[in-house]
Amino acid sequence: MSESISKETVVKVSRLARLSLTPEQAEKMTSQLAGMLEHFRDIDALDLSDVEPMTQPYPLKNVMREDVEAESLDRQEVLDQAPAAESGRFRVPPTIGFDV
Amino acid sequence: MSDSTTLPNGWQLVVGLEVHVELATKTKMFSASTNRFGDEPNTNIDPVTLGLPGALPVLNKHAVELAMRIGLALNCKVQPCTFHRKNYFYPDLPKAYQITQYDHPLNVDGFLMLPGDVRIGIERAHLEEDTGKSTHFGGSSGRIHGSDYSLLDYNRAGVPLVEIVSRPDIRTSEQARQYVAELRAILLAVGASDAKMEEGSMRCDVNVSVHKAGTPFGTRCEIKNVNSIRSVGRAIDYEARRQVDLIESGGTVRQETRHWDDATGRTETLRTKEDADDYRYFLEPDLVPLVPEQSWIDQVRAELPVLPARRRNALAELCGVDKDGESAFVVVERGQDEYVVEVINCGGDPRRSVIYVQQAFAEQGPKPKVPARDLAALTILERDAKVTSTQAKTLLTDLIEAGGGDVVAMAAKRGFEALDTGALEAMVDAAIAAEPGAWQKYCAGEEKALGALVGAIMKSSKGKADGKAVTAILQSKRKK
Amino acid sequence: MHKLVEIVAGITSGSTTATAVVEEHLARIKAREGEIHAFNLVTAEQARKDAAKIDEDVKAGKVVGALAGVPIALKDNMCTRGVETTCSSKILQGWKPPYDATVVTKLRNAGAVIVGKTNLDEFAMGSSTENSAFGPTKNPLDISRVPGGSSGGSAAAVSAGFVAASLGSDTGGSIRQPAALCGVVGVKPTYGTVSRYGLVAFASSLDQVGPFTSDVRDAATLLEVISGHDPMDSTSIPQPAASLVSVLDQGVKGMRIGRVTDLPEGCEPDVLERLEAAFDAMRNAGATIVDVKLPSLQYCLTAYYLIAPAEASSNLARYDGVRYGNRVDSADLNAMYAATRESGFGEEVKRRIMLGTYALSAGYFDAYYGKALKVRRLISDDFARAYQDVDVILTPTSPSTAFKFGSKTDNPLAMYLCDVFTIPTNLAGHPAMSVPFGVGSDSMPIGIQVLATTMGEQTMFKVAAELERAS
Repeated sequence: MSESISKETVVKVSRLARLSLTPEQAEKMTSQLAGMLEHFRDIDALDLSDVEPMTQPYPLKNVMREDVEAESLDRQEVLDQAPAAESGRFRVPPTIGFDV
Repeated sequence: MSDSTTLPNGWQLVVGLEVHVELATKTKMFSASTNRFGDEPNTNIDPVTLGLPGALPVLNKHAVELAMRIGLALNCKVQPCTFHRKNYFYPDLPKAYQITQYDHPLNVDGFLMLPGDVRIGIERAHLEEDTGKSTHFGGSSGRIHGSDYSLLDYNRAGVPLVEIVSRPDIRTSEQARQYVAELRAILLAVGASDAKMEEGSMRCDVNVSVHKAGTPFGTRCEIKNVNSIRSVGRAIDYEARRQVDLIESGGTVRQETRHWDDATGRTETLRTKEDADDYRYFLEPDLVPLVPEQSWIDQVRAELPVLPARRRNALAELCGVDKDGESAFVVVERGQDEYVVEVINCGGDPRRSVIYVQQAFAEQGPKPKVPARDLAALTILERDAKVTSTQAKTLLTDLIEAGGGDVVAMAAKRGFEALDTGALEAMVDAAIAAEPGAWQKYCAGEEKALGALVGAIMKSSKGKADGKAVTAILQSKRKK
Repeated sequence: MHKLVEIVAGITSGSTTATAVVEEHLARIKAREGEIHAFNLVTAEQARKDAAKIDEDVKAGKVVGALAGVPIALKDNMCTRGVETTCSSKILQGWKPPYDATVVTKLRNAGAVIVGKTNLDEFAMGSSTENSAFGPTKNPLDISRVPGGSSGGSAAAVSAGFVAASLGSDTGGSIRQPAALCGVVGVKPTYGTVSRYGLVAFASSLDQVGPFTSDVRDAATLLEVISGHDPMDSTSIPQPAASLVSVLDQGVKGMRIGRVTDLPEGCEPDVLERLEAAFDAMRNAGATIVDVKLPSLQYCLTAYYLIAPAEASSNLARYDGVRYGNRVDSADLNAMYAATRESGFGEEVKRRIMLGTYALSAGYFDAYYGKALKVRRLISDDFARAYQDVDVILTPTSPSTAFKFGSKTDNPLAMYLCDVFTIPTNLAGHPAMSVPFGVGSDSMPIGIQVLATTMGEQTMFKVAAELERAS
């Protein structure tokens, strides 16, 4: 965590997150993120080599459910909330450059 | 086993297969919507399936059980495991992440045996959820480029999948096909999936690379859209050749995903590694670890049926046929091996029993209508040379049509009787006397002359001479 | 201000009606909501219908629920079927969920009357409710000041008497901090004791739903209703809800109250003075004060601001304009994603998505998210050690009283510091609550935070009740 974040990285990350940033926004975002990351360098001081990561606040395991069917949501109620729908399905613009 | 992929100049093929299998559960992996193929679009949906705000996943216990069956059938170790999120954007992925297993999958380190005692390692078989289905409209080829829009059906989204990843131990396209066929047979045997490639409940991605012996493995390409066992072989053969040609003409193989076009018989670039998303895998915070109890694992293992390979081995040993041969394979695939055992228990000739069933019982299913003792009787008739093999074939058809019967009576009704050995010897002597030229040629080593002699005898016997028996007599006479 | 418990007693005894109660609250809303903007949506018509139904049931002698006739508001990040749920974001403006959150179902089954959906910082990201896409909420005690956030609307609604109680969500302090700033009680329960099914996720391993009420007894009553195992939430603890109301009068005699000696700096003197007064009150009530150290406390902000945005970046990826919410039409899919999310999300949300995406990305995972998860373990261990010596810990809830609008919006980091005392309990999954305890020199309320260990709600409420008695 030694270098601050660069504008190129910010642009790359924005693509990953599907957020389009104007050049000005990218500029501002870069300086804000850099400032935060600089602040977050405080944890570099800690020796974490023997520490187990903690992902779950409460240690549960084997939470499962029986294979029993439940009623589907009403298709019309759901599609009424969709931005675009046609013949019982959600409609989106074409995907250029992706696979089938 | 013949090597179906012959590459020039010492090039060798390395193949790994990733097979996705839809599990035969009633409900989806993480929610209680119905898991069923072919329903009206978006009629098996719920907040989790649609990735609605606030939805949370809950693991399907039966999916875990089926996944364990698969792992154990593939000789894997079943271990404590966790779930991860694989993040990327695509309209058929409702949450914009797929819940899968990453560094701690449920099943690891197994293997699958192919004919010829070839062992293919199984790296892992893990749980994940399926995506929805996009259909594209407007483009002329039906593929995406240039189409006007896409429609999304989320019935399939969330269906439980097991992804089975082989080690790159496969060396020919024939082995790859055998691997897929055997895997399918296992999946069906343990009841984990209906494994229909044509319906998409079993999907293969093929990884292909080439190298020369003694050098490291080459760069591999992943091939998608391989929708049948036959295509698996064709795609591998094409891709291997493409890579060899590319390298030999001075090019380098790019690590990429390619699309198999069955109509043209070629692979085409789909996306390169540079376009690949960074999936930002991290532990799924909405799920907790899965630690199957040893007693559960033991129970699943104990309840596994006898797997196809063992059934074939047992049948082959009992009947004296090749365990990797077609009769053993076909009969077990149809589930008719138990029937064959029954026939043999009724006194049937083992070898003939399995071959009759292989040849004539394709339509019969696991419980053929012909009573085992009737088929047994027929095999004995032929074994004892009471009928010729040609006559036996006819009687077999009769038996199947009638759903059983007294074969001795049926043979008599047809006027079938085979000539006994003494009569056959006499006919052979007569034929040798009548065709001395052919006999001399045959004695001199011309195998083709045998056919002429046998044909003459068959004709004069009006079908009562058994062709194989006649051939055997001629062969032994020549030796003398 | 009518208390929740009094309302239920009045309605079931017949001394008042649910209709009368709801009308009284709707009248207060009418009088001041224009000024305060606690709500994104007031569902007056349905509330009146629900109240009428309660009255019918009471009249017919039917058994009514533990919250019969209580006017309640819900933070607008909880799914209510057929009722707009926006998370105060343009991207969900107009969206009506086809299902109810589990906590909503529980409230309905208990006879509560849902009066409306309250304003929040967009997608629960913020500490002042200034990040709402629909305008901020004002602090009812001083409308030039923020109510806190992200559950500012829910806190203000109780503070202003618009409702008897409300539900909020707390990821880094989003219930407790606004409770402190608005002078009400706010509780974040043990992670896993209240279902998250139907709560729009911000950070999955940190989010919890909890109550805002005007006193501790009401909070205990409401929390008992919404707690309990939910099979729809895999992180839900299998134990049944603890009984809380029954312990409220037990006092704190013989209890050990923890004082953190390495508390982060930056607290206003008024706040520290109130904390001392709280310790005095505990001593007077027969408890002993024990010093504890939490050495990892100073790293909690960093850990939180890496873990929460990381999880959020993944949780908010589903807002892509495909299935629900608002979409910006475009020629191709990627353009649609980008334009939809660009116009649909506010600045703070975008900033956290960027930070989170970066923290998870290849090459940076170990340095950021990976490390943050380890710091989380450290604070959890620190607490575990401390709770061997003490039963609860007291800290300030917020380093300051309610601040003026616009005073922290230029510097995101300054805003993040508001949560310095509340974040550690989210990381550890522990319960904590804020109890009003006097005012500062600016006459604005100050809250004292009571912290307990996992499933330590009973202990926490005992102490909270004592604090309230002394306040």
